[in-house]
Amino acid sequence: MPQDTKHLEVTLETQVDSVNLAEEMCLRVAQAAGFGEDDCYRIGMSVREGVINAFHYGNQERPDKKIYLALDLTPDKMVIHVLDEGKGFDLRRVPDPLAEENLLSTSGRGIFLMRAFMDEFAVVPGRNGGAEIIMSKKLPSERNPGNNGKGGRNSESESKGA
Amino acid sequence: MALRATYREAQGITVVDIGGRITLGEGSALLRKTIRDLLEDKRTLILLNLADVDYIDSSGIGELVSAYTGVKNRGGSLKLLHLTKKVHDLLQLTKLFTVFDVYSDERTALTSFR
Repeated sequence: MPQDTKHLEVTLETQVDSVNLAEEMCLRVAQAAGFGEDDCYRIGMSVREGVINAFHYGNQERPDKKIYLALDLTPDKMVIHVLDEGKGFDLRRVPDPLAEENLLSTSGRGIFLMRAFMDEFAVVPGRNGGAEIIMSKKLPSERNPGNNGKGGRNSESESKGA
Repeated sequence: MALRATYREAQGITVVDIGGRITLGEGSALLRKTIRDLLEDKRTLILLNLADVDYIDSSGIGELVSAYTGVKNRGGSLKLLHLTKKVHDLLQLTKLFTVFDVYSDERTALTSFR
C-alpha cells in the first residue's frame, strides 16, 4: 500500500445495525476528506447499499457470517470495499431495475444506486468465495477544483467502470 | 432519525404524515405496518405526505412500491405529496416518478382522488 494512502477496516456483524454503523463511519471519513454535502450523501447511500447487499443477498442475513468493510483514502480518491461471506454473484445477471417489467419490483435497486452515485464500481470474487464490492469516488479537489461536491450529477457517470 | 407516522382524514382521503428516514429496519417496517393497518381499516385512498422524509434507501423505495401495489390491489389509490429534493431525485433516478402520482400541493392532491 502506498505510504500516502490511509487505510481503515472494520469487521461487521450480519445485522441491520451494521448498515447504519458503516454509513456513519464512511460519512465521517468522507467529510474529513473534504467531500461536500451532496457527495457525502452519495457515498453514504452507496455504503448503505453495499452493506445491505452483503447483509441480505451475500450473507443471507445469517448471524454467523461477517461483513468486511475497508476504506482507502488515496491522494486522489476514496475507495470502499464491502466483502461478504456468501456465494458471490455475477453482476451481468442482476436485473435492470429501470426495465419496464422491473419498475414495480420491491427490491433490486441497490447495485443500480451504487453505480449511479459512485465514480467507479465493480464486483469481484472475494478472498473467501463471497463477493467483494469495490467502489470509489474522486476527491473533490481532483475532480473539479472549486466545486466541493455541491453541484448536481454530472458527466462523471459516463466514465464509470463496472 | 427514527421514522414517525401519523394519519388524519381530509375530504375522505387518509393523509399519512411521515417524518424521518425510510430505511432498512425500523423505518421500512413502520411504513409497512402503517399501510397494513390502514388497509385492514378499509382505508384505501391514501396520500403519503413525505415533507419531512429526508432520506430513503433502496429498502425504503421497495417499501413505497410495496405500499403502492398493496393499495392498488385492494382497488384503492396511493399518491405522494411534498417530496424533499433528495427523495424527488431518487424517484426520478429510479424511474418511479413515472409510477407514482406526485403532488406538491395538498388541495390539488386531495382533489385528484375524485
